[in-house]
Amino acid sequence: MSRVSNTLRLPFGLSASPGKIVIWTLLFLGGIVMISPFIFMISSSLKTADQIYDLRLIPERPTLVNYIDLFSNSPFTRWFLNSFITSGIVTISVLFFDSLIGYVLCKYNFRGRSFVFIAILSTLMIPTEMLVIPWYVMSANFGWIDTYWGIMFPGLMTGFGVFLMKQFFESVPDELLDAARIDGLSEFRIWWEIALPLVTPALSALAIFTFLGNWTAFLWPLIVTNSRELYTVPVGLASFAGENLTRWEVVMTGAAVATIPTLIVFMVFQKYIVRGVVMSGLKG
Amino acid sequence: MKQLYDRLTFQQKKAYWAWIFLAVPIAFFCIVRFYPTLNAAAISFTNWNLLAPMEFVGLQNYQRLFTDPVFWKVFGNTFLYLIIGLPITLLLSFAVAYYLDQIRFMHGFIRGLYFIPYLTTAVAMAWVWRWGYQPLPIGVLNQILTTFGLPQQPFLRAPGQALVSVLAPAIWAGLGFQVIIFLAGLRGIPETYYEAARIDGVGKWATLWEITLPLLRPTILFLVVLTSISLLRIFDQVYNMTVDGQGGPLNSTRPLVLSIYNSAFKDFDMGYATAQTMVLFVVLLIITVVQLRLMRAK
Amino acid sequence: MKKLLSSLMLATAIASPLSVMGGAAHAVEIEYWQYFFAERVEAMDMLIARFEEANPDITVKQTTFPYAQYQAKVAAAVPAGQGPDVVQLYYGWLRDYMQAGLLSPLPADRFDPAMIDAEFFPIVQAMKVDGAYYGLPTAVRTMAMFYNKALFTAAGLDPENPPKTYDEVVAAAQAIVERDAGGNLLVAGITATPVSQDAHWWREVLMRQFGGQSYSDDYRTVTYNTPEGVSALRAYTSLFMDAKVTDYGFMDESQASFVAGKAGILMDGSFRIGAVASVEGLDWGVAPLPTHNDITYNYSSYWLNGISSKTTGEELEASIKFMEFITSEESMQLWLEVVGELPARSSVALTDENRADPVYGPFIAGLETARATDFVNEAAQRQIWLDMIDMVNVGGVSVEDAIAEAAATEQRLIDAYYAK
Repeated sequence: MSRVSNTLRLPFGLSASPGKIVIWTLLFLGGIVMISPFIFMISSSLKTADQIYDLRLIPERPTLVNYIDLFSNSPFTRWFLNSFITSGIVTISVLFFDSLIGYVLCKYNFRGRSFVFIAILSTLMIPTEMLVIPWYVMSANFGWIDTYWGIMFPGLMTGFGVFLMKQFFESVPDELLDAARIDGLSEFRIWWEIALPLVTPALSALAIFTFLGNWTAFLWPLIVTNSRELYTVPVGLASFAGENLTRWEVVMTGAAVATIPTLIVFMVFQKYIVRGVVMSGLKG
Repeated sequence: MKQLYDRLTFQQKKAYWAWIFLAVPIAFFCIVRFYPTLNAAAISFTNWNLLAPMEFVGLQNYQRLFTDPVFWKVFGNTFLYLIIGLPITLLLSFAVAYYLDQIRFMHGFIRGLYFIPYLTTAVAMAWVWRWGYQPLPIGVLNQILTTFGLPQQPFLRAPGQALVSVLAPAIWAGLGFQVIIFLAGLRGIPETYYEAARIDGVGKWATLWEITLPLLRPTILFLVVLTSISLLRIFDQVYNMTVDGQGGPLNSTRPLVLSIYNSAFKDFDMGYATAQTMVLFVVLLIITVVQLRLMRAK
Repeated sequence: MKKLLSSLMLATAIASPLSVMGGAAHAVEIEYWQYFFAERVEAMDMLIARFEEANPDITVKQTTFPYAQYQAKVAAAVPAGQGPDVVQLYYGWLRDYMQAGLLSPLPADRFDPAMIDAEFFPIVQAMKVDGAYYGLPTAVRTMAMFYNKALFTAAGLDPENPPKTYDEVVAAAQAIVERDAGGNLLVAGITATPVSQDAHWWREVLMRQFGGQSYSDDYRTVTYNTPEGVSALRAYTSLFMDAKVTDYGFMDESQASFVAGKAGILMDGSFRIGAVASVEGLDWGVAPLPTHNDITYNYSSYWLNGISSKTTGEELEASIKFMEFITSEESMQLWLEVVGELPARSSVALTDENRADPVYGPFIAGLETARATDFVNEAAQRQIWLDMIDMVNVGGVSVEDAIAEAAATEQRLIDAYYAK
C-alpha cells in the first residue's frame, strides 16, 4: 500500500511517515511551551530572596536553601502527611461510591432517575464559598473542627465523579449485565465483577482528578482547621503570604514540592487509562 | 419479605435495587449539599451579617443586585469567560488528544508534559504568569511579540485585554484534564470500527467526523458540561492575578464567584452573597440542562 | 446502615488528633487570634509566656491563620459560636466588625478613654466610637521614604543628603530614571504601584500638603473633590503620566522593584524594613516623607487587639487582663525589638535612642504628625482609589473627572454604612 513508501527511517530503529514526524514535533514543542511556567517556578525555588527578581530562567547561584528551610522551619512534612491521608481516603471513598451511583443511574431504569441525576449534578453548581459556613456550623456541632474527618467529610461523594462514571458506564453493553443476571449473580456482584472492570480508564481518571482536587483544595481545609499542625499543603503555603510581604521563593518551593505526589499518582494511574477498554473482543 | 420481593416484576426489582444502592449516597448529598444550599437560598431573603439575628427582607437583596451596574458587568464577564474559553479549550484539548493518540514514541512523556500544568498550584502559577505578562524588557510574551515585529501589549493592565489574559492560564491549567478525558474516551472506541472504515476505504477526515466524534459523544458532553461549569465558576486565576484580587482593572475581569467571596468574607453581607449564589446556581442549572438536552445520546 | 454509622463514629474518633487540654483544672483558657507571620508569632509567644507567669490561673492559646484569609476564618467561626476571645484585627476593619457586632467596647474603668487619649498616639483615637474604645494596638506603623543609595550615587546625587521636599523627590527621580531605546522602563525613579501605600500617601499626606483634606474630621464626608484634591492627585499621577519617572505598576509590587535595585525611591511603611534589610548587596537608606509647602504629615496604620462580644464571665475578665498586658509599655518594647513595629504609646516610642536610630528614626519622627483614616469599609474604599487611578492611567479619564467620580462613589458608600 502507498503508506509504506512514505516512511522515513529514524534513529532508534523507528520509522514514521513525514506527517507523523511533523505531528510529533508540534506536540512535543507544544508540550515544552505548556511546561515552561512550571520550569520557571522550579527555577525560582532555587533562588534566594534577593535573586528572585532577576527573573532569569537559570539561576545565577542555584541553591537548595529554600527546600531545607521549608522542611526544617515549618511543619511542611506534617502538612504533606495531612494532605496525603485526607486526599487518599477521600479518593478511595469517591472511587467506591461515585462508581456505584453512576452505575445505578446509568443501568437502572426507574422513576425519578433523571431527577436524582440532575439533583446530584446540581451539587456542582454551588460554589464552595457558600457551603463552608453551614459545613462549619455542622462541624462545630459534631466536634469535627480541627480533625481529619472535618477536612474529609464534604468530599466523600461528588457530583463530578458520578457524572464521569455514568458517562463511561454508557459504553458497557446491557446484554453483558443481563447475561450475568441470568447466571444468577447478585446485583452487587454484577457491578463489582462485571461492570467495574470494564471502565478502568474512567476509574483511573477519577482517581487522579479526585486526588488532585482534594490535594489542592484550599478554602474548606482552611476554614475547618485551626492548628498549624493540621493544615493541608495549600493552607500551609498560604501562610507564607503576609500582609505586606509574600515570600515568593518559599511559595515556589512549596508549590514545587506539592507537585511531586500528584505527579506520582498521575504516573501510576495513567497506565490504566492507556490499557483501555478492550471492547472489541466482547463485541465480536 | 422474600415472597414480596419475588413477586415484583423484573423492572420493579431493578428499581428496588437502585434505591437500596442509592440510599446512603442520597442521604449524604442531602445533608452535605442540599440542606446547606436550601439554607443559603433562605438566607438570600434576609440581611444576615453573621451575628445580628436574621431579618427577613424579602427581595431586597435581589433588587439591589439587579440594579447594580457592577453586577451586570460581572455577569457579562462571567459569560465572556464561558463563550471565549469553552470553544478554545475544547478544540485545543481534542486536537492534542487526537494526535497524541496516534503517536507511540515518548507518548507517555509528552502526555505528562501536557498534564503537569494541571498539577500546579494556582497561586504559584499566577505569579509566574504575571511576570510573563510584564512589559518589556521583562515580560517574555512581549519579548516574543516584538521579535515578530508586533507591538507590545498591556495584557493585564488594559481593561480590554485583561479578561483574556486571565483566561489564558485557566485554559492552560485545565488543558491536561481535558486531554486525559478525551484520551480515555478515544481509547474506549473499539478498533473494529476503525478496521471496518479502513476496509471500506473511508478517509481520515471522514472517519473522524462520522465515526470518532459521534462515538465520543458521552465524553464530549461530559467535558462540555464540566468545562462550562468550571469557567462560569472561575476564581483562582482572577484572585491571584489581579490587583488586590479584585477583578480589575476597572472590574473588567471580575467574575461572579469573586463577588460572592467578597460579599461573604469581606463585607460579611451574607444575604447579598447568597443572593448572588442563587443567581449563579440558576444560571449553571439552566445551561447544564440545556446542554444535556441538546446533546442527549439517541 | 447501623454498621456504617458506627464505623463513621469510629473513624471520627480515630481521626481526631488528641485535643490539648488546658493546664490546671481551674485554669481559665482564652484564645487569641492573629494572622501568621513568623516574627509576630514569636513575639506573641514571648508575651504569652510572660503573661502566664504573672497570671498562673490563665492560659492563652494562640491560633494563627494565613493573612489573606483571616476574615474568612472569622466569618465562619462566629456563626458557629467559635472564635477568639481576644482578636487582632486591622484597624480599617473596625467598623465592619462593629457592625457585625463582633467586638465589645473596652470597659471604661479599666481602659479610661481620657488616659488612652493622653498616653497613646492620636491615631489610636480612630478606635474610639461614641466615647468608648473598641480596641487598642500594641504597635503601629508609619511611612517614610526608602531610597537606594547606589542609584543615587550613580545619578550624581548625594546619598547622604536625600531629598526633603516633594519637588526635590521628583527631581531626584528624574535623575535616576532610565529607559531603553524603545522607551521601556529599566530603572524607575520612584515606585508607583497599585496596592502599596501610595493611596494612603495621597489621602492623608499629599492632600493636606496641597492645602486640602480628604475627609471631614469625622470622616463622614468626602472632601477631596476640590481643586486642592486635584492638585494632590496630579502630584501622584504626573509621576507616571507626565514626568514619566516611573510606570504605574512597574514589576507589579513596589517592593519588588526596590528590592531588585531597580527603583530609586519607595514611599512605604515601616513593615518594609525587614524585607529590604534582608537583601544582600542592597545599599539603602531611610529618610522622612517629603514635605511640601513646608507642611509635614504622615500616615499610620496598625493592627489592634479587641475583645470578642461573645466572651463573657471568667473568660472576659481574663481577656481584659490580657489586653491590659499586651498594651503595656514593656510589651510594646518587646514588640519593637522582635517585630520591628513602633510602640503605640508615645512614652515608649519617642525616646532619644529611638529617634536617633538611622532606620527607625524617620518612622518614629513620623508618629508625631501621623493620621489614620477612619474607614467604613477599608477594602471597598481602597478599591475606589484603585479604580480612580486606573481611570486616569488606562481609562483615558481626566484627573478632575476621575476624582469627581471617585468622590461620589465613596460618599455613597459611607452614607450607606451610616444609614444602617
